[in-house]
Amino acid sequence: MTAAESSVQTSGVGAPVLSFDHTQMTFPDGTEAVRDVSLDISPGEFVTIVGPSGCGKSTLLKIASGLLDATGGEVAVDRDRLGYVFQDATLLPWRTVQGNVELLAELHDIPKAERRQLAREAIETVGLSGFVNHYPRSLSGGMKMRASLARTLTLKPPVFLFDEPFGAVDEITREHLNDETQRLFQSEGFAGLFITHSIAEAVFMSTRVMVMSARPGRIVAEFDVPFDYPRKPDLRFDPEFAALSGEISRELRGSHQ
Amino acid sequence: MSITQDNEQQQISTVDDGADTDSGAPVLGGKKRRRTAADIARQFLPPLFLGALIVGAWYYVSYGLLTEERRFLLRPPHEILQVGFLDWDHFSEILQALWSSTRVALIGLTISITIGFFLSTIMSQTKIVERAIFPYMVMLQAIPILAIVPLIGFWWGYGTTSRIAVCVIISLFPIIVNTLFGLQSAERGLHDLFTLHHASRLTRLRKLMFPAARPAIFAGLRISAGLSVIGAIVGDYFFGQGAVGIGQLLKRYSSRLEGEELLAAVIMSSALGVVVFLFFGWLQNVAIGKWHESSGADS
Repeated sequence: MTAAESSVQTSGVGAPVLSFDHTQMTFPDGTEAVRDVSLDISPGEFVTIVGPSGCGKSTLLKIASGLLDATGGEVAVDRDRLGYVFQDATLLPWRTVQGNVELLAELHDIPKAERRQLAREAIETVGLSGFVNHYPRSLSGGMKMRASLARTLTLKPPVFLFDEPFGAVDEITREHLNDETQRLFQSEGFAGLFITHSIAEAVFMSTRVMVMSARPGRIVAEFDVPFDYPRKPDLRFDPEFAALSGEISRELRGSHQ
Repeated sequence: MSITQDNEQQQISTVDDGADTDSGAPVLGGKKRRRTAADIARQFLPPLFLGALIVGAWYYVSYGLLTEERRFLLRPPHEILQVGFLDWDHFSEILQALWSSTRVALIGLTISITIGFFLSTIMSQTKIVERAIFPYMVMLQAIPILAIVPLIGFWWGYGTTSRIAVCVIISLFPIIVNTLFGLQSAERGLHDLFTLHHASRLTRLRKLMFPAARPAIFAGLRISAGLSVIGAIVGDYFFGQGAVGIGQLLKRYSSRLEGEELLAAVIMSSALGVVVFLFFGWLQNVAIGKWHESSGADS
């Protein structure tokens, strides 16, 4: 059930940097959130999991990052330099953009001068240079999310986990952030695992889209996305893009019943 | 000193913050609004008008309702001014007593802050400790101060130490409750972020929990500062050895039926309370005004 006809296979070079092996998660109250998920992500891959709300997508990321312990199976990833972008921007309200972006480097004991420099670069990368001295409360939702992205970038993590990060912003901002993320994926060279319930977002950014079923979450389908990077915003109106989105949507609906 | 009164004080503080917005706080992305004469009039005329009404009523009671021989019960305002404030002998006596009580209040507050921060920090680290300590803090808060005054005098004598003890007992609880609440107020997501990056207990406390607690800490400080002034005066009223504070002075004036001095002393203690309240409001604005919602500056 693959949609990849073209041979543009940017994915799958080298050993996986993140792999789930028969991962299983049952909560103490008996809820089975994740059932037997196996998934390898290699450098150069941007994998998105789409699925209905509450299907255990986020649980999967929490397991990968170590915030939760799986009840079965294995997860292999380097947790020392793991990028994690939360649903909320999770900025410290008492710190300026600069201070917030420096935080992770600070927690990793990177010397002051160096982390200042790292933060400055990351802030420039996400286009917030004019706002270094602003406090989060004076930023829009999209800008907060950019600051959050910049904060993660300072660690130059080989793997980025995105936990539905753009769910709370409006449609236009979301598209901008998708363009941005896709550009960062190209320029920074990380491997990405992205969680969303927006099919358009998934197809636009990813090299591969996985469809997850409702609880208990299982991966029920996998689609390769054939479009070349960098992807233009207009790709969203391409017939091929629509066809692939439609196929994923059908799969998602099927799994939902 | 009842709980309702505490709430009132807190509410007053919020309202006060709102008023500050117009004047001092930096407004992002906009020009500072010029205050017109009309603005100033709108703010100051109503209280001035009410003040004039009160003074008028006061005169009416002094001259209209009270006969010559009973006028000592409420002297007219200008006599209070003359005898209590403009007569330097009297006024300096009040100021000295006020200073003595202020010192007691400051020492008491400092001790409360130290104990309060220490206890709430360990309570925030271990649920068991919180469960163990909290009921006793509530009990301490519930003791009417009058009930333990004899005991305090018994243990620490009738001098400054006992005055300070009263201050501490009265002002400790709001600091502990507010600081603990503040320390526990950091969002789950922020805690997850610190967990992901292997932050140590101390780092989490220093960079996440304490900064997040600041608004609540300042709310507690404001209440406790006010209470410590009350504590100093109440303590002074009961414990008379050593330097004369405002409590002793009130006692002396009332026993001698010196109404002018008595009212002047009451007004000055209230002024002290207001100064303390304003000071902590200012401190709060300086410390967290830039980022916290309750302190003005909208975006």
